[in-house]
Amino acid sequence: MTLPVFFGCSFIAFGPALGLLLFTVLRDPLRVIVLVAGAFFWLVSLLLSSLVWFIAVKASDPGDEPLQKGLLIFGVLFSVLLQEAFRFLYYKLLRKAVEGLVTLSEDGCSPISIQQMAYVAGLGFGLMSGAFSMINLLADALGPGTVGIHGDSQLYFLTSAFMTMVMIFLHTFWGILFFHGCETQHWWEMAAVILTHLIVSGSTFWNPLYVGSLIPSYLLMFATAAWAYILSGGCTRNLLRSLRGQQSETSPQPGS
Amino acid sequence: MMITFMNSSDSEEEACNERTSLISAESPPAASYQDGLQAPEAAETQTYRKRHTGGSCSPSDADSGNSDSGLPVRDIAVDNKEEEELTLKYGAKHVIMLFVPVTLCMIVVVATIKSVRFYTEKNGQLIYTPFSEDTPSVGQRLLNSVLNTIIMISVIIVMTVFLVVLYKYRCYKFIHGWLILSSLMLLFLFTYIYLGEVLKTYNVAMDYPTLFFVIWNFGAVGMICIHWKGPLHLQQAYLIMISALMALVFIKYLPEWSAWVILGAISIYDLIAVLCPRGPLRMLVETAQERNEPIFPALIYSSAMVWTVGMAKPDSASRDLTQQTWDSAEDMREINDNPAYVESEISEARSPAPTHPTTSLIEELEEEERGVKLGLGDFIFYSVLVGKAAATASGDWNTTLACFVAILIGLCLTLLLLAVFKKALPALPISITFGLVFYFSTDNLVRPFMDTLASHQLYI
Repeated sequence: MTLPVFFGCSFIAFGPALGLLLFTVLRDPLRVIVLVAGAFFWLVSLLLSSLVWFIAVKASDPGDEPLQKGLLIFGVLFSVLLQEAFRFLYYKLLRKAVEGLVTLSEDGCSPISIQQMAYVAGLGFGLMSGAFSMINLLADALGPGTVGIHGDSQLYFLTSAFMTMVMIFLHTFWGILFFHGCETQHWWEMAAVILTHLIVSGSTFWNPLYVGSLIPSYLLMFATAAWAYILSGGCTRNLLRSLRGQQSETSPQPGS
Repeated sequence: MMITFMNSSDSEEEACNERTSLISAESPPAASYQDGLQAPEAAETQTYRKRHTGGSCSPSDADSGNSDSGLPVRDIAVDNKEEEELTLKYGAKHVIMLFVPVTLCMIVVVATIKSVRFYTEKNGQLIYTPFSEDTPSVGQRLLNSVLNTIIMISVIIVMTVFLVVLYKYRCYKFIHGWLILSSLMLLFLFTYIYLGEVLKTYNVAMDYPTLFFVIWNFGAVGMICIHWKGPLHLQQAYLIMISALMALVFIKYLPEWSAWVILGAISIYDLIAVLCPRGPLRMLVETAQERNEPIFPALIYSSAMVWTVGMAKPDSASRDLTQQTWDSAEDMREINDNPAYVESEISEARSPAPTHPTTSLIEELEEEERGVKLGLGDFIFYSVLVGKAAATASGDWNTTLACFVAILIGLCLTLLLLAVFKKALPALPISITFGLVFYFSTDNLVRPFMDTLASHQLYI
């Protein structure tokens, strides 16, 4: 426990996101604001879904185990749907903001494009979601204790860290997919985002059978990553060139 | 409001008030300004002023709204639009310039609260909150906290009015002396207590000569930086540190329920004091404006040095008529003491020159970078909210995080309103409202949900 576990788990969970933040978001004030506002929207969705779950639990019999389990499942599903609804609301808000920025700019194009906003908004959602899942665990990991002493899995912290990382990535890619679907009226992309979110959250019900939750989540993460990459205008040639350390060929991309 | 609150709350401890800001000492008086321009208050947002030479930008802007109703009108209208553009365009940068110090202050406060036990122990109350909250019944406790709040807010109102009266009757020396005394106490006494508690927590031994050396240097450099001259970042760091120290004192000495009610009441007071025509802070601003002088120095955080360069151009008549020349009344009005609101300063001062390009004097403003100013009272109350959330939210970090994000978004919205309305705005209400709403809802609704999810290792 304590420091090695703390640092290890925090870097597993937040390391990639921190890299994304440092290299792509923190340089630009507008992106930082979009990020924080995205985190705020996720927070509001969590608040409302917790409210619904709380009311349901208070209105029901606390001793009835299957009912509580059922309410928990309902809570999770409702929270997922509400998160996606708030993602849509945030898209609407950002659309208006882009229009405002365009009218205000000197050369008629916005300093930040809707695609960049999609990426940053997804990252904001993911960071807040990951933080809410992981921070309390990390704080506990600093203190003394033995993991799984009562017969639970000993890999609790590690798997939580990996799950948090995959959720952050997934939220980022879902943001890109969702906004692209809204922009181009491809409803199937939005439906795919909602469906994969439901699948990933549902797969966590397999925990502590981590094979059932981590592996599907990571597979889905790679799939959505590839889809988001293609939708953002990437191609395999550029990917190979970047892996070899060469400059990628510029493709016609709106925005900077 | 900052002053009054400070004075009221620490008769025995601190008496920090407004203090001279570094920038104010060197600032030239404002040249001229547009009618209806609000004097900068404790917090102002200043916009970039770019010098537009040539007709590249102007024709397009001029075409947008104005036809050929004459040069003067066109100039002014174009000036308005361009100014608005610039304000909003650089608004994002200003928001970040405020996000960073507010975040730093909160980090210092939360880190201290979570590690140093002294600031969460109950060790008496201030005399401004005389009613104890140790009563058994909920109703009695609520009543006591409301009474505490009423006493605290009335003390604040009295002190603010006292300050306005002092200012009206030009008792500047008294105010300056007050300020210096209070910052002395803050920089030396409170730092000594803080350092002592931190050393106790980490069980580090420090002998008295070393302690004296450290405290003396810290305090002396702080006094110089804050009241006279010093590097900008050092001054900012000192202001953040003293805000954090003040917030820690409040977190320690305000009883639980009273703290929340006081936070709510202070936001309402801030709203009234800044926006109502007879509000004390507004009267303060207007008095300073009438006298056309810098408002007495106060606690204010500024994120950039402000420079004014004015040049007289005698041969303006020969200039291209479409050239945009900006007069900027550099507002050197020193920041007003009320830290509790953000004010947008429309720093374009129009002399009659643009309307009559043939006049001899046009002052040009060199391109300069202006910063944002936010009163230290806002820093303190934001940190009090987040610190209280960290201290009392049953060991939960989610509540602290939620309050932090809520306050940042409130600040963002306040700055947006500032850019839209371009007048003095209180910085507390929106952020504190969001913070309070998120504190109570996260602590009571989200925490059970997230705990249940975590115990089953479910992810949403």
